[in-house]
Amino acid sequence: MNARITLAIASRVLIQLRRDRRTLVMLLVLPCLILTLLWWMFEGGGGTGHGFDALGPPLLALIPFVVMFLVTSVTTLRERSSGTLERLLSMPTGKGDFLGGYAIAFGIVAAVQSTLAVALCHWVLDLQVSGQVWMLVVVAVVDAVLGTALGLFVSAFAQTEFQAVQFMPALVIPQMLLCGLFVPRDAMPRVLEVLSDVLPLSYAVDAMSGVVTATGDGFGGVGGEVWSDVTVVLAFTLAGLALGAATLRRRTP
Amino acid sequence: MMKNDGMVAVRDLVVQRGTVRAIRGLSFTAPAGQVTGLLGPSGCGKSTLMRAIVGVQVVTSGTVEVLGLPAGDKRLRDRVGYVTQAPSVYDDLTVAENLRFFARVLGAAPTEVDRCIEAVDLSQARDQVVARLSGGQRSRVSLAVALLGSPELLVLDEPTVGLDPVLRRDLWAMFHRLAATGAGLLVSSHVMDEAERCDRLLLMREGELLADDTPAALLERTSTPDVESAFLSLVERASRETVA
Repeated sequence: MNARITLAIASRVLIQLRRDRRTLVMLLVLPCLILTLLWWMFEGGGGTGHGFDALGPPLLALIPFVVMFLVTSVTTLRERSSGTLERLLSMPTGKGDFLGGYAIAFGIVAAVQSTLAVALCHWVLDLQVSGQVWMLVVVAVVDAVLGTALGLFVSAFAQTEFQAVQFMPALVIPQMLLCGLFVPRDAMPRVLEVLSDVLPLSYAVDAMSGVVTATGDGFGGVGGEVWSDVTVVLAFTLAGLALGAATLRRRTP
Repeated sequence: MMKNDGMVAVRDLVVQRGTVRAIRGLSFTAPAGQVTGLLGPSGCGKSTLMRAIVGVQVVTSGTVEVLGLPAGDKRLRDRVGYVTQAPSVYDDLTVAENLRFFARVLGAAPTEVDRCIEAVDLSQARDQVVARLSGGQRSRVSLAVALLGSPELLVLDEPTVGLDPVLRRDLWAMFHRLAATGAGLLVSSHVMDEAERCDRLLLMREGELLADDTPAALLERTSTPDVESAFLSLVERASRETVA
């Protein structure tokens, strides 16, 4: 890997994003609107229970993952079909530079996106967090980079942007259903529970919920389970990036 | 170091693309300091041959050497400039942003950005987003990227398609200036009248080489007035030989 090239790619992706004002606004504002809607559903009607406290954290984990998955799979597909990827790979660009550049750029976007969403949840919508608030942002950024890694990987299997967008329901919705958001993972049929154990989003959601309900007093005000969930998500991210690298070919038939 | 007369050396190259045999056993060498024209009808394998020379094409058999190294070698990546037929630049960046980005990737000096924009006559459009440019302007942005860092070999796939005659003349003049500084250029075209602007011609048809000669020698050998007629005469001669 070459730091100059990696940073060149990261800053180029950010310039492209800055030029696409509508996408940028959607990236930053949409998560806040969705979380506000969720809060309104549970708390606004003087309803009972702690629905927002239970469902807010999983959504904080889901949103950056889903958004970055979509954005990355479409932009990478565009690089593949416009010939710019081939051009970059015929230059001194390493595969790691390309993947790293994208991961850094979208990681930065995710950090801004999650900071806004977390700030809104904690200070405006009154989400109770037992761990450190900044840990929510850390977990969200890790989830976003996971989305980026998987998006990069699946873009290799799509020929058109229509196909790329279809990977969202195919790969993301089952993970959303099985991540414990609707039915606690240990209350699901055994087969599905095992399946949910090998899906990365389950760990992402567990980590986020873990920060909110933390009882530990480790780094970040959370116990070891949260860090081990974060580690699992990072491992999936690295595996996704490695698989993504394998799909970047300098020579094509 | 390699000899000056073999900047590109292709030997017995065969490329199979899907069910199509795009290149059917083809050999030639292209020297430095010259503009070599690769001419032939669309679909004859020109682009595939160029891809093989740049090292982005999986080849079936045969060898391709560039600057004495196997095509696509790591050490060639900042020494060969390549322009694909469809402009491969970022539509949502300005001309200058595109050039700045690729210059950073190549590690070329920042001054290269303006030099290359001027070389393709796009100074007026330097701060415009590429998506708003005309087709001809976009392909010139792509060409400007290939000029960054003054590569020793330029492989240009139909760089002058759709350009106005004045600009075409200027670009060909630039190609010859680059060749005069010792660079090698391989320029493809399906327009036969561009042939006369080349120092040397490779005529291609159906994945094979029909001729490898200077334009003058080609016309003399086929006793024809222009390259288009020479091409026809060679095709007819080849089919007579197959029949006989």
